[in-house]
Amino acid sequence: MTLGAGTEATFATTAVFWITAASTIIAALAVVQLRNLFRASLFLVVSLVGVAAMFILLRAEFLAVVQILIYVGAVSVLIIFAVLMTRDVTDGSPSNRLRLPAGVLALLFLACSVFVILNTDWALLEDRLPADSASKQLVDLSGNAIGADRAAAVEQEVVEVYSNTVPRVAGLLLSDYVLAFEAASVLLLAALIGAIALVRER
Amino acid sequence: MNLESFLIVGAAIFAIGLYGVLSKRNAVTVLMGLELMFNAVNISAVAMSRYIVPARIGSAGEMLPQLLTGQVFAIFIITVAAAEVALGVAIVIAIYRNRETVFVTDVNEMRR
Repeated sequence: MTLGAGTEATFATTAVFWITAASTIIAALAVVQLRNLFRASLFLVVSLVGVAAMFILLRAEFLAVVQILIYVGAVSVLIIFAVLMTRDVTDGSPSNRLRLPAGVLALLFLACSVFVILNTDWALLEDRLPADSASKQLVDLSGNAIGADRAAAVEQEVVEVYSNTVPRVAGLLLSDYVLAFEAASVLLLAALIGAIALVRER
Repeated sequence: MNLESFLIVGAAIFAIGLYGVLSKRNAVTVLMGLELMFNAVNISAVAMSRYIVPARIGSAGEMLPQLLTGQVFAIFIITVAAAEVALGVAIVIAIYRNRETVFVTDVNEMRR
């Protein structure tokens, strides 16, 4: 099955994905390797834009816009301010004594994650839905089998949800997750007041 | 472009961020590494909710909240990360004012 119009893995989307992935990872490496802090923070912006492109490839358009607004617009500007307000911009990012163990730990983590990701039998929607998998029966994660008529309706629903996710995410935020939504607004207010209190001139 | 490739990209960015957080002396670089780790988690969460079968697909209308849970979680992670970086930068600037340093290895009075 396809997961909605415009999401087929064509050559173009695959090429865009790999270019985005490579530039995101290279920019992330530059963030931790460059000694010049200002350049590192600019590469952080590149990496965050790459993550926004990933969100678009995953049909999360609202998240992509939020990513650009908050990370690229606000967080990176805050970090660049912090870089410029502190001294030693040009060689301000030396390593501490833990450099080698930290690198080994990160590589170990990466190796473990890749091993687990490649060896897990993921319950993929594409494999479980009926259109081009006549031999497999649709089963949910709890093991309950779904009838053939219901399976077609499920496929229809998945395609419809992913045809336009923005209003559905908004509906979820203000219905199922409204408590977390309100708690997040209180958290933001507390962080705002706390940040002002910390840097206020006395 | 499938679930595994998105998850591997997320794991790679998370590992790079982990290395940055653990190995750098400058507090601002540590904050940048934290941001990279938050973004890696977001990619993984959204990819999971995009590609994995929902836990319950019984009655009609039960799918929608489960199909988009990863995106809603990513929104809350972005919110918390924004609050975290605002406080982190404020703390770094406060430390720099009082101590003339942003190196996390130099702020160790609690250890003595």
